[in-house]
Amino acid sequence: MNQDVFEKVKKIVMEQLEIDDEGKITPEASFANDLNADSLDTVELVMALEEEFDIEIPDEVAEQIDTVGKAVDHISDKVAASA
Amino acid sequence: MTNLQRNRVVITGLGAITPIGNTLAEYWEGLMMGRNGIGEITFFDASKHACRIAGEVKGFDPHQYLERKEAKRMDRFSQFAVSASKQALADAKLVIDELNAERVGVLIGTGVGGLKVMEDQQEIYLSKGPSRCSPFMIPMMIANMAAGLTAIHTGAKGPNSCTVTACAAGSNAIGDAFRLVQNGYAKVMICGGTEAAVTPLSVAGFASAKALSTRNDPELACRPFDKDRDGFVMGEGAGILILEELEHALARGAKIYGEMVGYGMTCDAYHITSPVPGGQGATRAMELALADGGLKPEDVDYVNAHGTSTPANDVTETHAIKKALGERAKQIVVSSTKSMTGHLLGGSGGIEAVATVMAIAEDRVPPTIHLENPDPECDLDYVPGESRAVPVNVALSNSFGFGGHNVTLAFKKYL
Repeated sequence: MNQDVFEKVKKIVMEQLEIDDEGKITPEASFANDLNADSLDTVELVMALEEEFDIEIPDEVAEQIDTVGKAVDHISDKVAASA
Repeated sequence: MTNLQRNRVVITGLGAITPIGNTLAEYWEGLMMGRNGIGEITFFDASKHACRIAGEVKGFDPHQYLERKEAKRMDRFSQFAVSASKQALADAKLVIDELNAERVGVLIGTGVGGLKVMEDQQEIYLSKGPSRCSPFMIPMMIANMAAGLTAIHTGAKGPNSCTVTACAAGSNAIGDAFRLVQNGYAKVMICGGTEAAVTPLSVAGFASAKALSTRNDPELACRPFDKDRDGFVMGEGAGILILEELEHALARGAKIYGEMVGYGMTCDAYHITSPVPGGQGATRAMELALADGGLKPEDVDYVNAHGTSTPANDVTETHAIKKALGERAKQIVVSSTKSMTGHLLGGSGGIEAVATVMAIAEDRVPPTIHLENPDPECDLDYVPGESRAVPVNVALSNSFGFGGHNVTLAFKKYL
């Protein structure tokens, strides 16, 4: 896991989902089940990640990203590919 | 159906978030003190605007009523409505549970809904494109969301709707809620009006329509019935009433502020923004509200006027009051609380109904402040400057909206 990407993702997730407890943002944490995100939250979160990392996450990929870890992995791959 | 067959409707709870106070107690104290809620606009740089003042709600913290994430997903007009509704329910000591939820409804009006979110998102659309528009924009913006969110946050599962009749919206909501309780469709209605339209586009638009004062002196601008009045000053906030079927209120030993007895609604069918000269539409609204409540002009003690401080409204409304109440118009008190709060558009009917009900409960009427040189055509007792102790058995609240909507609500002491 790319620690740098993880830290950035964590910050955005905490901001978007209004979560104070940093400890809740683990790679395994599910957006829907552990972080109380509904479908609209998820859309907004993906937008915020796209903004932060200057990438495009297609809808069909976004639908598969249901945990913090999967978001970090996908973003790390994208960022590495474009670097 | 005659009134004898209809349920009697009483007011058992009040909530208010206004430019002069963010609770019922603060609002009423402000009205009694003649507090001026109007000041320079702080929400955005208004330096290029013709009107640079407004009645902003000060120090409102939505987190007193809502979780952070919940508050973030609501436009300010919904935050005001949900918060004031929670205040009113607490005041009524009404608990909504599985047993009564389906018989408690919500009807909250607004003039324009979530303008702020729409303006913000339009900027994002223009600078970043359609794919960056928030998924929350539509549910935050749509005008019915104050009523929808109030239900979500209180559990009220009964009739739920929203009136959008410009500056008459709050009064229409209360009137329609009154009918639902009268006719047995709900036992309790959470109702009123909300608005948060102190935004750049809205201030610009109202100014272009020549509706706003351009005096830009917070102490002089909003002066209903004064000969030097030159337009309204925008305000924001929400006023919510708990209307309850009398037997239901008595059975649970609720405190009763007063009774709602009449609702009159008409349209000028004349012009999009100007009232019909002579004010026949407003006259008929008052006449209908009186007839609806089985009242005669001589029963009326107080009129909470629409009193916007526009040249056209105040003289037209004065004529209409004199036509509707005849000789009685000269014997009673009339005041415009907008002189203190500014004009809350769709929210005004809500906070003004709250003021009217409180006048009945307290036998004290709010003043019209900033009224120094009465217009010769405005020749009623507008309670200039200071509140006054007056027995108030019956009171009317007027609201008129762009489109020619005229609404009058009639309230009475509960005896």
